[in-house]
Amino acid sequence: MGLEPLIRMGIGIALILALAPVVMMWLTWLERKTIARIQNRFGPTRVGRYGLLQPLADGVKMLTKEDIVPAGADRWLHLLAPIVIVVPALMLFAVLPFGPRGIVLNLNTGLLFFLAVTSTQTIAVFMAGWGSRSKFSLLGALRTVAQLAAYEVPMVLAAATVVMISGSLSTTAIVEAQAARWFVATPWGFTAFIIFLLCALAEVNRTPFDLPEAESELVGGFHTEYSGMKFALFYMAEFLGTFAISALGATLFLGGWRGPWLPGWLWVLVKTYGLVFVMIWIRGTWPRFRIDHLLAFAWKCLLPVSLANVLAAGLWAVCPWPWGTVAAVVLVAATFLVTSQIWIPEASCKDSPRVVS
Amino acid sequence: MGQGSYTLNYLGLALLAAAALVVPLLPILLARVIAPKKPGSTKQSPYECGVPTAGDPWSQFRVQYYLYAIAFVVFDVEVLFLYPWAVVFTGLGLAGFIAMAAFLLVLAGGLAYLWQKGALEWD
Repeated sequence: MGLEPLIRMGIGIALILALAPVVMMWLTWLERKTIARIQNRFGPTRVGRYGLLQPLADGVKMLTKEDIVPAGADRWLHLLAPIVIVVPALMLFAVLPFGPRGIVLNLNTGLLFFLAVTSTQTIAVFMAGWGSRSKFSLLGALRTVAQLAAYEVPMVLAAATVVMISGSLSTTAIVEAQAARWFVATPWGFTAFIIFLLCALAEVNRTPFDLPEAESELVGGFHTEYSGMKFALFYMAEFLGTFAISALGATLFLGGWRGPWLPGWLWVLVKTYGLVFVMIWIRGTWPRFRIDHLLAFAWKCLLPVSLANVLAAGLWAVCPWPWGTVAAVVLVAATFLVTSQIWIPEASCKDSPRVVS
Repeated sequence: MGQGSYTLNYLGLALLAAAALVVPLLPILLARVIAPKKPGSTKQSPYECGVPTAGDPWSQFRVQYYLYAIAFVVFDVEVLFLYPWAVVFTGLGLAGFIAMAAFLLVLAGGLAYLWQKGALEWD
C-alpha cells in the first residue's frame, strides 16, 4: 500500500474540517435572508455588503457570551452533549460524493453509515435535555426521541428502494446507477423522494417538525439551558445536518453529480442548495405540527406508504413495462388513500385542549 | 477518493472522528478563556418562566414514550433484514420478491394490530 491514498485521505479530512464550518456559517446567512424576504423584511444588512459578514459577527458574539450551567445540572452531560452532536454531523460529509472520485471515504456501505450516524443525534439531544435538569429541556428531549424514532423508519425504508434498484450501498455506485435516468423520475422513486424529504425535515428538527425546540411553546426545548458557544454548537449541528441530508437527497434521487454543461461538483452544490432552499421555504410557509398529529402522521401515514413503496419498487423491477409502473402507482396510491381515510378523521376529531407532556 | 481498501477506509473514519473533535472543543475552550464568568444563584437556577422551580424535573415520564420506542425497535430491526435483501434484490428475481413481500405483509399486519390496539395514540 503506497502513501498516496493516505495523503489523499488526509487532504479530504482536512477539507471537511475546514469547509464544513464555512458552509454552516453562510447557511445561517442564507436562511435569515430567505426567511426575511418571505416575510417582507430585509434580514441582515449592516455587517458587510448584504450582511454577508453577519455570520462572523455572530461567531464573535457567541464566543464572548457567558456559559451558564444550571445549578442542579449534570455538568458532564451538559458539556458533552454539544460535542456529541457536532462530531457525527461532521462525519456525515465523508461519504457525500461530489464527483466520481470526489468523495473522501468511498465506503461500500456509505448509505448505511450515513443513516446510522444521523440517528446518533437522538442520544446527544437527550443528553442535553436530561443533563440540563430543567422541565422545558426534558420535555423537548422526550419529544425529540419520539419524533426521531417515528421518522427514522420511513426514511430508511424510502432509502431502501434506492438500494434495491441500484444494488449497492455505496453512494458513488448509487449515482452511477442513475446514468439512464434519475431515480426521482420513476414512480417508486418519486414517492420515496417525497417521503425522504419530509423525514429529512423531521430528522434535522426543522419547521414544521421543530417541536423539540419549539420556541413559542417550549422556550427552546432541549437547548433552553444552553448559552454562548455551546448553544452555537447545537445550531452548527442543525445546519450541518440540513446541508448533509440535502446532499444525500440529491445523491439518492436527483442523480448526484450528473447534469449537462456544468462540472459535476457544481451540479451537486446546485441540487443540494436547491433542496436546502425548499427546506427554508417550507419553514417560511408552514405552521408547526402538534405533537399528536406529528406522531400520527409518521406512524399512520408515512410508515404504511413507505412499506407499500418498497413493494412498489419490487413490482416495478419484476413486472414487464408498463404493468410494473401501473402496479406500483396503484399500490402506493391505494395505501395512501386507505390510511388517510382512517388517520385524518381520527386526528381531527380529537381537537380538545390538552396538557403538553 | 477512489475505491480505497477496507482497512484504509475505516482507519480514515477513526481519524476523521478524532480530528472532528477539534471543531467543537476549540471554540468551547476559547470561550472559556474570553467569556466573562459571573455566576449567581438566580442566573444558575433552571428556567421556569420566572417562578421558582416546582419539583424535580428528573421524575417519571409517560408510558407512551416506551410504547413508541418498542414499535420503533420492531421496525428498525425489520429494516436491518431488509437492507441485505435490497442489495442483492436485482439478482433474486420473482422468488426473492415474493419472499420479501410475504415478510413485509406480516409486518404490515403487526402495524395494523398496533394501530387497532391504540398503541399509536398519543393520549
